[in-house]
Amino acid sequence: MSFTIGVVTFPGSLDEQDAQRAIHLAGAEAVELWHGDHDLRNVDAVVLPGGFSYGDYLRAGAIAAFSPIMREIIDAAGRGMPVLGICNGFQMLVEAHLLPGGLIRNNHQQFIRRDQALTVENTSTSWTNDFSVGEEIIIPLKNGDGGYIADAETLKRVEGEGLVAFRYAGLNPNGSLNDIAGLTNERGNVVGLMPHPEHAVEPGFGPDTPQAMRSGVDGLRFFTSALRALAAV
Amino acid sequence: MPKIVVDVMPKAELLDPQGKAVGGALARLGKSEISEVRIGKRFELTIEGDLTDELQAQVRDIARNILSNSIIEDVVNITVENTDGERA
Repeated sequence: MSFTIGVVTFPGSLDEQDAQRAIHLAGAEAVELWHGDHDLRNVDAVVLPGGFSYGDYLRAGAIAAFSPIMREIIDAAGRGMPVLGICNGFQMLVEAHLLPGGLIRNNHQQFIRRDQALTVENTSTSWTNDFSVGEEIIIPLKNGDGGYIADAETLKRVEGEGLVAFRYAGLNPNGSLNDIAGLTNERGNVVGLMPHPEHAVEPGFGPDTPQAMRSGVDGLRFFTSALRALAAV
Repeated sequence: MPKIVVDVMPKAELLDPQGKAVGGALARLGKSEISEVRIGKRFELTIEGDLTDELQAQVRDIARNILSNSIIEDVVNITVENTDGERA
């Protein structure tokens, strides 16, 4: 069975073509969606890509969280549709209250780009079931507003309910509380993370590994996970 | 025409990297009497027509739910001004 995964383009999105390519490489059909539409075109899952939606002028991801297509995505996520938010997409998910907490400017004030090691914490989500708990993966990170914050009560709930999907390993690049790099919702269908799995899906274009330069493809398993989750429904 | 000014600040207990950087710069310039800087945002909303109680309530709602994110920010002030700058 073939699945379709929508990728939303917002004004200021940068990585939607990378996300589409990742979806193709994982074996699904990528469908272009537009921020101003109310139409999800019957896709089986949605990716909110990285970039600087609407210039990020109000707060990162905030204006996008109020866009027409997000109303459809919030409804569909409530019905269990898999939604992955990458970087700016993660910021949209917290601004839309699909994931708890918030994201603020990196504690060192700098935009950062690096190949980032992550520890996989939760593999029972629609986007992480192809990983193992405790596994270390490497995918690229590139952002200016990646510091995860939440009040003490929310942080306690996030940790207590196992909502942390990924933690930064080795180095915390932005001051995120508890080294949190990615989260899931209680149901496990919505996942957001700051690093970019869609940039680590094909040999020759990913992060360096000990075996060979640019050979890292750990990001592909986010997308194969979604296909496995859809096939299991 | 009335104008509503909304001031939003990062929550007091939260790291404010912008303010911290500016505070560090002031310290390097020898302004050691300034112990901390925090940076927020000012929104100016110009209203067409009369500023009714209902509209004011709407603006309070907009300030809380759109102009600020209560997880990371507080609305610290909402003021009504006339466009000539006088406070109403």
